[in-house]
Amino acid sequence: MNPRIAITGIGMVTALGFGAETNWAAMVAGRSGIRRITRFDTTGMRASIAGCVDLPGDEPGRPLSASARIEKLGTAAIGEAIAQAGLAPPPFDGPLCIGMPPVEVEWPQRGSFGATTYPGLIAAAAGQEGFYEEFLFGGAATRMAERFGTKGVPQIVTTACASGASAIQLALEAIRRGETRMAIAAGSEASLQPETMIRFGLLQALSTRNDDPEGASRPFTLSRDGFVMADGAGALILEDEAHARARGATILGYVLGAGEAADTFHRTRSAPDGSAIIRCMQRALDDAGLSPSEIGYVNAHGTSTPENDKMEALAVRALFGDAPPPPVGSTKSMIGHTLSAAGAIEAAICLLALRHQMLPPTINQADVDPDLGVDTIPVARPHAFRAALSNSFGFGGQNVAVIIGAA
Amino acid sequence: MLRPVAITGIGIASSQGQGRAVHAALLDGAAPVLDEVRFAPYPVHPLPALPFEEAIPRREMRQMENWQRLGVYAAGLAIDDAGQRENVAAMDLIVAAGGGERDWKLDEQILAAQPDEARRHRMLLDGLRPTLFLAQLPNLLAGSISIVHNVAGSSRTFLGEEISGAEALRVACARIASATSELCLIGGAFISERPEVLLLFSMGGVLHQGPWLPLPARRGMVFGSAGAFMTLEPATTAKAPIAILRHVATDQGRTEARPARLAALLAATPERQPGCMVISTASGAEAATRDELAALGAPPDFFSADLLGHLVEPAFPAGVALAAIAIAEGRAKQVLVTGTGQWRGEAVALLEAPA
Repeated sequence: MNPRIAITGIGMVTALGFGAETNWAAMVAGRSGIRRITRFDTTGMRASIAGCVDLPGDEPGRPLSASARIEKLGTAAIGEAIAQAGLAPPPFDGPLCIGMPPVEVEWPQRGSFGATTYPGLIAAAAGQEGFYEEFLFGGAATRMAERFGTKGVPQIVTTACASGASAIQLALEAIRRGETRMAIAAGSEASLQPETMIRFGLLQALSTRNDDPEGASRPFTLSRDGFVMADGAGALILEDEAHARARGATILGYVLGAGEAADTFHRTRSAPDGSAIIRCMQRALDDAGLSPSEIGYVNAHGTSTPENDKMEALAVRALFGDAPPPPVGSTKSMIGHTLSAAGAIEAAICLLALRHQMLPPTINQADVDPDLGVDTIPVARPHAFRAALSNSFGFGGQNVAVIIGAA
Repeated sequence: MLRPVAITGIGIASSQGQGRAVHAALLDGAAPVLDEVRFAPYPVHPLPALPFEEAIPRREMRQMENWQRLGVYAAGLAIDDAGQRENVAAMDLIVAAGGGERDWKLDEQILAAQPDEARRHRMLLDGLRPTLFLAQLPNLLAGSISIVHNVAGSSRTFLGEEISGAEALRVACARIASATSELCLIGGAFISERPEVLLLFSMGGVLHQGPWLPLPARRGMVFGSAGAFMTLEPATTAKAPIAILRHVATDQGRTEARPARLAALLAATPERQPGCMVISTASGAEAATRDELAALGAPPDFFSADLLGHLVEPAFPAGVALAAIAIAEGRAKQVLVTGTGQWRGEAVALLEAPA
């Protein structure tokens, strides 16, 4: 029998602000955090808007690197979660499981040596240990792990837009295996830098509604035209329920289960019958021992791309069979798509919704796509429910669903 | 009750060639395959010509660069070696990955132009191929394995240089042992002939320069090119186990305590019998390698980096694959594999012959 996995702390940073309750208040009010990018020049880019979390140290034209930003955002979210769980100061008696994007040496660094070829650059940059430690894939997470004094190897996971949910799953499994009594499950995302914006733009994945930033992320509408990139981080403290009770911690809710399924169809599209995403949601239900009727809210992947929202609505309806599906919302309408952090942030939003017995809205619903056949929650509303399903579907076909339960 | 875990398939392709037989022969002692000219003063073990097109449909080949192709190819070798083609729908997957190739030509055009910010963005907008992004994303190696080989169980990609490969193996093994997975494909790929990779590690001052020397005689890494994957199954139901993965453990922390962590990992490893072979996956990075060799006491029988070059993410899985090959060839009944990340992380594995 698996131990129940309690959530005893959460933390969140999004374009709506720092802190879980700050974010919750903004979301219930239906505010958008999407705005014009000022951190770098967007001339010529398809998209010039994003869910920006600008930090001290970010100067126009000289922003912090993605890696430095990931570390700062992740540190803020994890610190908040640990404090709420009553587990500060370090060390933390468990591993850090964290979803993160890849990082690399960026153009400001590449260009800073005046070299005109790679051999010249490699020679000129030799021994720049600060850059080496900044841009190692293990760098940012290791510094967070050492700051919080977590145990063992930080499990740094990337499954694209499902990374944050994969981190929850890794933490859940480590506790169930008895390797640890508690773990940090987090996601941190700061890929919002020029080259990544350009690359996503070339895939035609981004919304180009640049003259209406707050209206650009409009999941499930007829006029949805792509996702809006966003910075952000989310963190949850997961704990064996008995351990949480024994130390007198407040149990905020539970991770009831998780499921995943790889799609073998295409790098950026789901199988046309939605089979992989249905399988992933079903596996999460099976893992939680719940039937579909026990799910009261779906926090959708809901990216606002034409393809995702159609497939996801179809898959959710299929999962619920003849019964009408529960309300299906996308908080990405307000915070944008935080990519590697989305799964962790949105699981934390599900927890907040359960605690407040209130559904956060999907904003910008002036022209809901009637073919989708789901209640998209245009305005926040009270709702009595005990369990929420959070979907995260990644480029590369890596799909994860997590089920959060009320305390 | 934990289940014993068997390695049931090995897919390895390196500068030395592909397959178990080629790599078994290396255990008799082999000269490294080197290119000391192309990236001088940095020697590399280059990628040989491999028949990617026989294993990967043309349409899919176009979506990848060589790093993903090599990984997909090696994963296919492991699936075939295990005879598990029919079970890929339920096969779990854990990949340890760095990033894929950049467009070096475009990078050098931009470096040469020394443009301002707006012009640099224009050059990127005009020059980048849309498909290259997908070839670069680390998780798309796993994605491409799923698409090409129809691997449709769980899929996770771990980041973090050497220790990500060891942690991937540890988690895969723990999932089989705890009966949350029945069949898991684990591994990764690395390609040495990449200027952007040399740039990052040159920044760290951890690359060997000048003519190749064996690992104990140098103070730095020499990169290799290899894909290394294994399939793991419960030993109780495995039809043809190659080796038993008796023990895998990892740790990480601040560098000051690295010798103590290595000593603790070795102390917690099940007892080594006389004749236990030792394979070190040490990178060659000076401090980490020194600590690993000190913890071992006696020199290892092999440095995998001398045979294949240092492989960063798949370095530890490749060392374990060599260990399993040594057992399959009857060269050892027990093999200890050690690894120390060039910057962070320590790992040990103990393999034994199947009963």
